[in-house]
Amino acid sequence: MKIQRREMSVLERVYYPEIIKGLWITSRHFFKNLALHSLHAVGLAQGHAAMVTIEYPDVRRPSPPASRTRHRLTRRADGTPKCVACMMCATACPSDCIYIEAGEHPDPAIEKYPVRFDIDMSKCVFCGFCVEACPKDAIRMDTGIVELGWHDRRDLIFDINHLMREDPSIPLGDTPPAFKLTQLVR
Amino acid sequence: MQVAGIAIEPWMLQAAALLAKCILVFTIIMTGGAVLSWVERKQSALIQDRLGANRADLNILGRKITAKGLVFMLTDGIKGITKEDYIPPKASAFLHTLAPFIVSFCAAAAFVVLPFGGSVELPWIGHVDLCIAPSEVGLLLAFAILSMGVYGVVLAGIVSDNKFATLGALRGTAQLISYEVTLGLTLMGSLMLYHSLDLSAIVARQGHMIHLFGWALPIPAWGVFLQPLGFLLFLAATVVENKRIPFDLPEGESEIIGYFLEYSGMKALIFMMSEYIESIFFSWLVVILFFGGWQLPGLHLEQAGQSGFFCFGHLVLALPFWGAVAVAAAGFAAKVGFFIWLFMQVRWTLPRFRYDQLMHLGWKIMLPLSLANLALTALLAYSLKP
Repeated sequence: MKIQRREMSVLERVYYPEIIKGLWITSRHFFKNLALHSLHAVGLAQGHAAMVTIEYPDVRRPSPPASRTRHRLTRRADGTPKCVACMMCATACPSDCIYIEAGEHPDPAIEKYPVRFDIDMSKCVFCGFCVEACPKDAIRMDTGIVELGWHDRRDLIFDINHLMREDPSIPLGDTPPAFKLTQLVR
Repeated sequence: MQVAGIAIEPWMLQAAALLAKCILVFTIIMTGGAVLSWVERKQSALIQDRLGANRADLNILGRKITAKGLVFMLTDGIKGITKEDYIPPKASAFLHTLAPFIVSFCAAAAFVVLPFGGSVELPWIGHVDLCIAPSEVGLLLAFAILSMGVYGVVLAGIVSDNKFATLGALRGTAQLISYEVTLGLTLMGSLMLYHSLDLSAIVARQGHMIHLFGWALPIPAWGVFLQPLGFLLFLAATVVENKRIPFDLPEGESEIIGYFLEYSGMKALIFMMSEYIESIFFSWLVVILFFGGWQLPGLHLEQAGQSGFFCFGHLVLALPFWGAVAVAAAGFAAKVGFFIWLFMQVRWTLPRFRYDQLMHLGWKIMLPLSLANLALTALLAYSLKP
C-alpha cells in the first residue's frame, strides 16, 4: 500500500511555530493544574479537578453497580448459607472452577447444604454464569473486590468460610474465619 | 586587624570570600540538581493531568510527611547508594568508574567562570567580584571545560563492553561536536557586540540602551534584542548539548540504548544529576548572554550613588543598595528559573528527532543560519558603533 503523506507547509518546516503551538498546549495544562492544585491546598475550587489520577490504595474508583467482582455466598436470617448445593452454578461454570460437596441439612424443609464450596479464583473468568444459574440467590458477585493476587496458587482456592465472611474486604489470614459452618449446623 | 590574637591579613579575608563563593555556587548547583529531579516529575505530572511521585514518606513522630514528593530526593539517593554497583565483567573497572566523574566534574567545574552578580565593596575585605574565578576569557574557559564532558560520554560508552552503549556514545559524540559549531558561532555574535569574553563585562554592557546610528532606543542592549536569530539558535543548540529530549539520542531514554546503559545505582544517578546541573548551567549562560544577567530594565545598582528604578533618567523608586541587590538577585533567579522551566516544558512537549534529522538540522540548517546570524550581527555591530 502506498501511503500518501501530506506536504508540510512553510511554517511547519520552520518548526519554531509548531514548537510554540505545542508549548502552548502543555503550558495551558501546566498553569491550569498548578493554579487548581494551589487553590485546593487552601480549600478553594474543590469542584474542579486538577488531575485525573485516583490515588488508588487510599481512594477507590467507584465501580459500576453491575460490575462483576469477587463472589460471596449469601446467608439466611439465621446466618447459615442460602446455598442448597444444587450444583447449578458448578454445572453452568465454563471454566469448571466451582467444587461443591453436598451434605444433608438437619432442617427437613431444606434438603441439602454445602459441606464444601470452593471457588478456584485462578481459573474463574468472572463471566457471572454462576450468579445467573443460582435458583436461591445464594451466590453473588457484588463484593467490589478486584484485588485477587496471592503469592501461592493454593491460596487462590477460596473455601466457604472465605466466601461467607461478613466483611470480605479484610484480607484473608488477618482474622480467624467468621464461623465454623459444621459447628453452626450441628 | 586582630581576632583572638591572630593577625588577620587581607589575603585571608579574600580567601574566605572565595571559599564562601565556592560554597554558595556548589550549594546552588547540588541542591538545584536534586530539586530539578523533583521539578521534572511534578512538572510532567501537571502537564499530563497527573499527580506525580508522592508515595515516599518520612515517618516523623508517627506522622507521615511526604512534602509533596520532595522526600523522593532522599529516597532516590538512598536507593542509588544501596543498589548493586555493577561493572560488566569485560569492562575496565577504573575507566568505567571514571566516566561519570568526568561528566559530573565538567558539568560542575564550568560554573567557576559564571558570574552571579557584578562586584561589591565589602567592609574589611574590599572589592569582591561575584564570580568564583573572574576571567578575561571566561566564555572560552566555560566551553573548554564543558566540551571536556564529551570524553566522559565516549568513555562510558566504549568501556562498557556493550554494543548499544558504544552506539549511544557514537551518537552522543557526533551530536555534541556538531552542535558545538552552532553554539560557538552564535557566541561569536555576542563577542562582536560586547567586545569581550569576560562574562561580567558582557552583562555590564547589556545594561546600556541601544544606540543605533547615534539614536538612543528605549530598549536595553540585551542579546535577545540585538540578535534574536542567534538567541533561537543558541537556545536550540543548548538543548542539544544538554542531551535532553527532543535531542536525547545519546541517552535514548525510551528504548535505553544510551551510553550509560551499563551503569546502575549511584553512577547512573551521577549521569542524571550532571544533566540537571548542565541544564542549570545553560539556563544561567543564556540569561547572561541574551537576557542581561542580573540586570532588570531601569534598575540601577550604585554602591556609592543612588540605587533604584530609573525611567528615562528620572528616579522612580529609590532603594537602598542591598535592597536593589536583592531585587536584582530575585530577577536573575527568576530569569534562570524560567529557562529551566522552558527546557523541562520542551522536554515534555516535543517528540524526539531521528538521527538523520538531527544531523540534517545541525549541519544543513543551523550552521548556515548561524553564519547568517554572524553576518547580520557584524552589520549591526558596525551600525551600533558610536
